Amino acid sequence: MIPGVTLELILYATALGLVIIGLAGVVLSSHLFRMVLALVIAEAGANLMLVLSGYRWDAVAPILLQRAEQPAMVDPVPQAMVLTAIVIGVGIQALAVSILIRIRQRYGNLKRRDVAEKMDAEIAASAGIRRDISQDAPLGERPLSPLPAHSAESRGGDA
Amino acid sequence: MSEVELWIALILGIMMLSSAVLALVVKNHLAAVAAASVVSLGLALLFALMRAPDVAMTEAAVGAGLSSLILALALRRLGLWQIDSGSENSNLLSASSKGKDDA
Repeated sequence: MIPGVTLELILYATALGLVIIGLAGVVLSSHLFRMVLALVIAEAGANLMLVLSGYRWDAVAPILLQRAEQPAMVDPVPQAMVLTAIVIGVGIQALAVSILIRIRQRYGNLKRRDVAEKMDAEIAASAGIRRDISQDAPLGERPLSPLPAHSAESRGGDA
Repeated sequence: MSEVELWIALILGIMMLSSAVLALVVKNHLAAVAAASVVSLGLALLFALMRAPDVAMTEAAVGAGLSSLILALALRRLGLWQIDSGSENSNLLSASSKGKDDA
């Protein structure tokens, strides 16, 4: 084995890699179901990193023994936290999947661009405005016209 | 002892990372769910390696079992459930680039 490569280094690299892959998948994927899968992967990496924060290579599992001298244990607090986080993660997954089912019932498919477009059109229709096509230049006038020069000067003179 | 753990962690880490990439690029959604389940199972083994047996048990039962079940059953409901990825082209990876382009 290469010297300098420790168990902790490998595990940190795995955890960081999983988080990065998951976040990249959330940002880059074009299908909403893939987004949920990427979220699951990122959550797995976060759990691994949390357990890793309490890990010692020379310690035993956190179980109390009926012995005179207790050997060093790994930190049980992050493990308890991760135990909760796993269960909460499944709850989040079920919620996301149910939202996906509703989106599919309403818009017909799960392509991100398609769903966003239909959602934009629906919001514009319910607000009673024309749909803003361009992302760069907003439609219509500015909401407040700039103050005329003389009124700004007079207000400055009063103050 | 430590040397063995090092190799196990290295193999599991590479397996998990490649499977995570596979879950995001493969075209068949059922295969993607299976790949995410592999990530979860490798995570459970790593937890057992890191002396967190309770977390490993929970991750294997809930993370790898229940969550894959939820996602796979959701695929049925979403109409994305397909065992084959097409009649003429059964290679999962070669179909993925074509699917990404027109998506």
